[in-house]
Amino acid sequence: MASFTFLLAIFIIAITAFIIRAFYVILQSGKPLERTDAKPLSTLVVLGSGGHTAEMLNLLSALHKNRLMPRFYVAAATDSMSLIKARVLENSLNEKSGIPVGETAKFIQIYRSREVGQSYMTSIGTTLIAIAHAFLIMIRLRPHVILCDGPGTCIPLCIIAFLFKVLGIRWSSIFYIESIARVKRLSLSGFLLYELKIADQFFVQWPQLQRKYARAQYVGCLM
Amino acid sequence: MEDQIVETKEQKLVFVTVGTTRFDALVRAIDSQELKKELSRKGYTHLLIQMGRGSYMPTKSKGEDGSLAVDYFTFSSSIAENLRSASLVISHAGSGSIFETLRLGKPLIVVVNEDLMDNHQCELAEELAERKHLLFARPQTLHQTITDMNLESLLPYPPADATPCAKLIHKFLGFPDD
Repeated sequence: MASFTFLLAIFIIAITAFIIRAFYVILQSGKPLERTDAKPLSTLVVLGSGGHTAEMLNLLSALHKNRLMPRFYVAAATDSMSLIKARVLENSLNEKSGIPVGETAKFIQIYRSREVGQSYMTSIGTTLIAIAHAFLIMIRLRPHVILCDGPGTCIPLCIIAFLFKVLGIRWSSIFYIESIARVKRLSLSGFLLYELKIADQFFVQWPQLQRKYARAQYVGCLM
Repeated sequence: MEDQIVETKEQKLVFVTVGTTRFDALVRAIDSQELKKELSRKGYTHLLIQMGRGSYMPTKSKGEDGSLAVDYFTFSSSIAENLRSASLVISHAGSGSIFETLRLGKPLIVVVNEDLMDNHQCELAEELAERKHLLFARPQTLHQTITDMNLESLLPYPPADATPCAKLIHKFLGFPDD
């Protein structure tokens, strides 16, 4: 009995500590990094099909690539086009810099929790597989920066990144850019990352969305 | 190959694209005699339809006797060439085809598919129509839109600029501005 009480106490203390730490992380999220060194930051780039990938690659071409590296590109296993397009961008960078692509970029496929048209029953199983796979990827990479612009695959990755922040495994900066196709309402991914305060910085491409979501920043069109 | 007369005449192509979707209502609207006559009257000579997964087959025509030459196909790996050679593009509301067309500076009519649930892509087409970068129609109103259209009133879509977003990310991460 005594040992049960003891275990229960430990459990309650652990949960309380976790919750306090989670609140601290939420409060700290959204505050700019204060860095003293100029070491490059490893970056996870989550790609989605079609329009999402085009927007993300446009953004990447405007970013400091030598400060954001290595870059890990992640796309759904069923979406080979996105990784091909990312490879084209990395190859063109490599031609300019002379550094082999293998040192600055990696291309990773991830299981998707649900394909378009898949039934909800079978998607429970595939969702579990997708989460486990996302965990393995995140434990291996532990990125400092996460860039995503809407595909559903970014949700498990961002939640795991948030857990890593709470558990002190890795402090990452999560940037979410809502797709240009969203003019009046956020996508489900965007809504979750905004409301759960998981995204450190939340960007939208239309002023009317910014007016609805006060913490979002309007950045104009990426396409 | 083609008729000699057609080849020497200046080609004005209307290109219709539904992407990877099924959009029979659009293809059927395009295939109507009145609409094709209206396109002819406006000086268009050719009509090419990318019909995707749809099951409605439009009527092909060689375009003899001065009527519109009509052809169609289901899919192709890239529609860039078709877009480039078009004088007018009629597209479904997918953001990919919308921006690919606007980037090429081609006049564009976006037709929204009302059969789709949660049609958020409608938002984008409506917003761009309000900003006069394209014309917005429904399958039932397409004929009227083409009859009334004044392509001179369309404004070019400004080039995208990712630097404001990139600057905010750099600032947040503490990168010096250079």
